[in-house]
Amino acid sequence: MVTHSQSARTEPAGPPGPTSSAGVSERARPGIAQRILGFTERGWRPIALLVVLFFAWWAVTAAELIEPYLVPSPGDTFDAIASRPDYFWEHTWATTYETLLGFVIAAAVGVFAAVVMVQSATVEKTLYPLLLFAQVIPKIAIAPLFVVWLGFGIGPKIVVAVLMAFFPVVISMVTGLKSVDPEMLQLSATMGAKPGQTFWKIRFPASLPHLFSGLKVAATMAVTGAVVGEFVGADAGLGFVILQANGNLDTPVLFAGLLIMSLLGVLLFVLVEWLEHLVLPWHASRRTEGVTTTL
Amino acid sequence: MTGYAVEIEDVAVRFRTKKRDVTALRDVTMRVDPGEFVAIVGPSGCGKSTLLKLSSGLLAPSSGSVKLLGERVSGPRKDVGYVFQKAALLEWRTARKNILLQAEMRGMPAKEAKARADELIEMTGLTGFEDAYPHELSGGMQQRVALCRALLHRPPVLLMDEPFGALDALTREQMNVELRRIWQETKTTVLLVTHSIAEAVYLADRVVMITARPGTVAGVIEVNLPVDRDYGKTMSEPEFAKATRHIRDHLGAAAVAE
Ligand SMILES: Nc1ncnc2c1ncn2[C@@H]1O[C@H](COP(=O)(O)OP(=O)(O)O)[C@@H](O)[C@H]1O
Ligand SMILES: [Mg+2]
Repeated sequence: MVTHSQSARTEPAGPPGPTSSAGVSERARPGIAQRILGFTERGWRPIALLVVLFFAWWAVTAAELIEPYLVPSPGDTFDAIASRPDYFWEHTWATTYETLLGFVIAAAVGVFAAVVMVQSATVEKTLYPLLLFAQVIPKIAIAPLFVVWLGFGIGPKIVVAVLMAFFPVVISMVTGLKSVDPEMLQLSATMGAKPGQTFWKIRFPASLPHLFSGLKVAATMAVTGAVVGEFVGADAGLGFVILQANGNLDTPVLFAGLLIMSLLGVLLFVLVEWLEHLVLPWHASRRTEGVTTTL
Repeated sequence: MTGYAVEIEDVAVRFRTKKRDVTALRDVTMRVDPGEFVAIVGPSGCGKSTLLKLSSGLLAPSSGSVKLLGERVSGPRKDVGYVFQKAALLEWRTARKNILLQAEMRGMPAKEAKARADELIEMTGLTGFEDAYPHELSGGMQQRVALCRALLHRPPVLLMDEPFGALDALTREQMNVELRRIWQETKTTVLLVTHSIAEAVYLADRVVMITARPGTVAGVIEVNLPVDRDYGKTMSEPEFAKATRHIRDHLGAAAVAE
């Protein structure tokens, strides 16, 4: 009933070639040089702010506006670290270890819980209140209980770190798994896809950008969790260092502990962000700069 | 064996929502011959998308029967190709990989799928953009990728739900010309939903008109234009003017969305 014809092609209104207006948009993926340039362009403001704050700290203490036993000078703080490098190294490592372990467990548990929850509305409705309860209960209040249960070792620190870090992972992953375009799922149905195929080829990759934003929050929470765990009973870790320094009114050591702790949180955050760029180049390259990106 | 590609018999679709029940379609009967190009026009919310979902088994009718290629539809059907208004591409896959998703899900032999994808990429003018990611492509190009994906497995029935609705007028015209040519080359049955009357008349052999509340078939017209349709010439044909006028009168002002 149909005869093949080229007539439609030769008309002015015919199909466009690759150079037509319907072609690729101008934007190309940036090269290494551009990315470094882009980083310094975006990165100078926070770095400048840090420098200003640091200078203010130095100026205030140098002018002796505040008693040194309340706020030590930057010099005294760094001296505190430099005079006992092994001590600081040991306790930083203890906290780092607890944080990383807590973070990894929280990520695994969070992703697993999210995948289970999106399977059915009943499961979700049953689990959500429980998760919410675990989230709102003050960790500092239940931490002593974990010490009673698990002793003074690494156990309670990891439990508190996991408890603090896994909620953002679950929430973001559930949101991600539900964010899939319903038409994409319908399309998948007409392709005869099995549930496993739809999950691994569509749902899971689509949820990853959401997951990573949850992981970034979780990274900072894990540090806090580990230190909270150390506060209620420990013989190692930065929380222990801070408590001890507090007892001795040794503010340089206390400040040193705080400084290292913050650095640890920032480092873990940046590490997750770097991982995100690695795993999701398609997402990172199209994301516009904003407050939630440091890289 | 009925011999129809799509056969919708006395179908009604009701949606139950918390607030109220919506009758999306009522007393709808429609038959499409194999190889035919049928356009469905009507105002928003009259049940056009519902009709396509019925045909592919993504939705079950509340009453009546739906047959695809002579077989009763009782669940999602694999023997269709689907194109939506949104291209619905996976943004982490290149154009080619998006097209090949169809093959992966179906477990088609890789070699055959690749060859078919190359053929379609050429047919739709995507050559040179195979390795581009969706966000690097214009709306028209994205829709071409979606079309290739829908045609990869040589579906006997192609369902298109306002595929060009989000494109600018010029790109839309180009896509119309291309779709007509592709249909002639592939000889597949096409059900195209649109609210552009001009698009419906230029592309289709028959135009089904649907009115809203509840959605019913208000009429069907045959388009007596030649098989080979030059875009510019067709627009100035008396038959084109007659058909568009007829549809406009039938649907009333509500349908003139363009
Ligand atoms: N899943 C649904 N639940 C409830 N109502 C729906 C659903 N899908 C469609 N409808 C209703 O059915 C009617 C027809 O919808 P649709 O087929 O999408 O219209 P069209 O594609 O012609 O714009 C509309 O009134 C719409 O609100
Ligand atoms: Mg619709």
